[in-house]
Amino acid sequence: MNISRMLLGAAGIAMTAGLAHADAHSGDTSEMRIALSNNYAGNSWRQAMLQTWKESTAQAVADGVVAAADAYTTSENQATEQAAQIQNMILQGYDAIVLNAASPTALNGAVKEACDAGVIVVSFDGIVTEPCAYRIAVDFAQMGREQVEYLATRLADGGNLLEIRGLAGVFVDDEISKGIHEGVDNNDQFEIVGSVHGDWAQDVAQKAVAGILPSLPEVVGVVTQGGDGYGTAQAFEAAGRDTPLIVLGNRQDELQWWAEQRDANGYETLSLSIAPGVASLAFWVAQQVLAGEEVPQDLTVPFLKITQADLDEALASTPEGSVANVSYFLEDAQQVIADAE
Amino acid sequence: MTFLARHRIVLPVVSLAVLLAATFYMQPRAMSYFGLNLLFNLAVPIALATIAQMMIIMVNDIDLSLGAFVSLTACVTATFLQDAPLIGALIMLSLILSYAALGALIHAFDLPAIVVTLGMSFVWGGLALFILPSPGGSSPEWLRALMTVKPPFAPMAVVAAIIIALVTHLLIMRSGIGTVLRGVGGNARSVGRAGWSLIRLKALAYGLAGLFGVLAGMTLVGLTTAADANIAMRYTLLSIAGVILGGGEFIGGKVSPTGAVIGALTLTLAASFLSFMRLSSDWQIGAQGAILILVLTARLIFRQGGRT
Repeated sequence: MNISRMLLGAAGIAMTAGLAHADAHSGDTSEMRIALSNNYAGNSWRQAMLQTWKESTAQAVADGVVAAADAYTTSENQATEQAAQIQNMILQGYDAIVLNAASPTALNGAVKEACDAGVIVVSFDGIVTEPCAYRIAVDFAQMGREQVEYLATRLADGGNLLEIRGLAGVFVDDEISKGIHEGVDNNDQFEIVGSVHGDWAQDVAQKAVAGILPSLPEVVGVVTQGGDGYGTAQAFEAAGRDTPLIVLGNRQDELQWWAEQRDANGYETLSLSIAPGVASLAFWVAQQVLAGEEVPQDLTVPFLKITQADLDEALASTPEGSVANVSYFLEDAQQVIADAE
Repeated sequence: MTFLARHRIVLPVVSLAVLLAATFYMQPRAMSYFGLNLLFNLAVPIALATIAQMMIIMVNDIDLSLGAFVSLTACVTATFLQDAPLIGALIMLSLILSYAALGALIHAFDLPAIVVTLGMSFVWGGLALFILPSPGGSSPEWLRALMTVKPPFAPMAVVAAIIIALVTHLLIMRSGIGTVLRGVGGNARSVGRAGWSLIRLKALAYGLAGLFGVLAGMTLVGLTTAADANIAMRYTLLSIAGVILGGGEFIGGKVSPTGAVIGALTLTLAASFLSFMRLSSDWQIGAQGAILILVLTARLIFRQGGRT
C-alpha cells in the first residue's frame, strides 16, 4: 500500500511537471468523463472557482488523464433545478459528478439515483448528506482554533482579544466562532473582551468595530472570519489606537494592507481561508475514486494559509477585489486522502 | 387551421413531441425506461403544482404564493408527516382549508387575488422557515417507495403524469361540478343567477388548488428525500407558464388539465434539452423564455388563422 502510494505520488509529481504521461495510475481513467455541477456563479469566489476548474481540468484532459471535464452551472440557484441537472448528467453518461450543492439535503434523491446508476459523486464546499456521496468538507472550527494557536505563538504574554463574527444565524459563523472559543479555552492567557458581527464585509466590520472600540480595554489581537480584517484595521486607525495583531482572511484588500504595513513598520501576521481552487481538489479526488483508489467518504479541505514569507507572491497572484487562490494537483488529493485514513 | 384552433390540446402535444424527438436525437440514452424516468420524475411535482395553479386560473385569479406553499408542504412532509403522521395529516388538512378560506375571502371582499397571494407567499415562506430553519428532514418511507416504484411497461414519471391528467380531466372537464367551476371563470354572474353560491365555488376551486399543492410538496419530498424552506420557490412561475403552455388562458375559465400536465412536462424537458445542448447557463433562462414565446406565438398564429 505504501509503495503504491509512493509510486502514485511520484507519478503525480512527474505529471504536473509535464514530464510524463499519466499512465502510471493503478486504474486507467483516460476514457472517463467527469462533470461539475455548480449551483451559483454570482460572486468573486465562485468565479475564481470556475476559472480554476477550467484551468486544471483543461490540463488534465490535455495530459490524457480523463476524456472530459465539463462544467455546468444551473441558471437559477435552486435545489430542484440542480437535482434535474444531476439527473441529466446521469443520462449523459458521465462517470463522476463533482458537486457544489444548493442544499445539503434536497439533492439527496438525485445523488442516490446517480450512485445507483454507478456514477461517483464528490461534493465539496456545499456538501450533501447522502451517505453514498463523497464529501470534501471544510473544518471551520479548526480555522477558528488555528487563529488562536497562531496568536499564542506570537503573543506569549496573552491579553485581550476582539472577535469579529460573520453573518448571524449562518452555520459557518457558528462553527468558526466555536473554534475560536475552544482555542481561547485551551490558551487561558487570552480573553475575548468584545465580539461584533462584521458580516464578512469590510464596511460592516469597520462600522461595528468603530462602535465597540471606545468601550474596550487595550486589545492585543483580533480574531476574524475573513473579509473583515481590512475594515477592522481601518477602525483601529480611525480611533487612534495601536494596530493589534489582526488575523486576516486572504482577501486582496487585506493582503494589500498587510504588505503596506509590513513595508512601513514590519507588521507581521497570518492570513487563512478556503481557496476557491478546492474545486480542482474535488476533481482529483473524483479521478482517484475512478482510478480505483480507496477513498474515505469524508475528507477535509486544507486551508490556504499565507504567512509573512508568501505574502508578496500571494498578493501578486491575486486580482484586485478577489481572493487568494491555489490550484490543487493530484498529489494534494492523495495527501488529503491519506490524511483522512 | 380550424382543426388546430378548435382542438387546443394539439399544439401542446406537438410541442412536447418535437422537443422529445430532439432530446432523443441528442441523447439517445434518454430513450429507455430508466432514461425517461430520470428525464421526467422531477416533472411530477411540477405537474401537480401546475394543476393547482390551473384551479386558480380557472376562476380568473392567479396564485403568486404557490411556490412558497409547495415549499411549506414539502417541509411539513419532511418533518411532521414523517415523525407524527397524524399531526402531519392534520396540518395538511388545515392548510387545504386555509386555501379554501382564502378563496372565500378574496371573493367576499372582492380583493385582487394577485395581491392577496403575493402577501400569503411571505406567510407560507415564514412558516416553512419556522418548521425547518435549516435544510433537513426526511421522507416518509412509503412516500419514497411510491416515488421510486418501477411499474411494468412505463416508468413511474410517465404513469404518474397519465394518472394526474386522467383524474383531473374527469374532475374538471367531465364532471358536473367541474363544468360549473369553469363557468365561474367564464361568466360568474350567470352561474350565480343559476342559483350557485359563488363564494362556495371559489372556496372549492382554491381548496382544490391547496390539495394539489399539498400533493406537489409530498411528491417532491418523495423524490428529493429531504426538504428546505426554499425548495420549490420557482414553481410559482413554472406553474403559470405550464398552464399557459398547455393551452389554458388567463381569463374565461378556458383551461385544460391534460394540457397543463403536458405543459409541465414540456417545461421540464426544455431545461434538460438546453443542458444537453451544452448551452451556457447565462443563456439558459433566456432560451427557456424563447421556447415559451415560440409556442405562444404559434398558438396565436393558428388561432388567428382559424378565425379568418
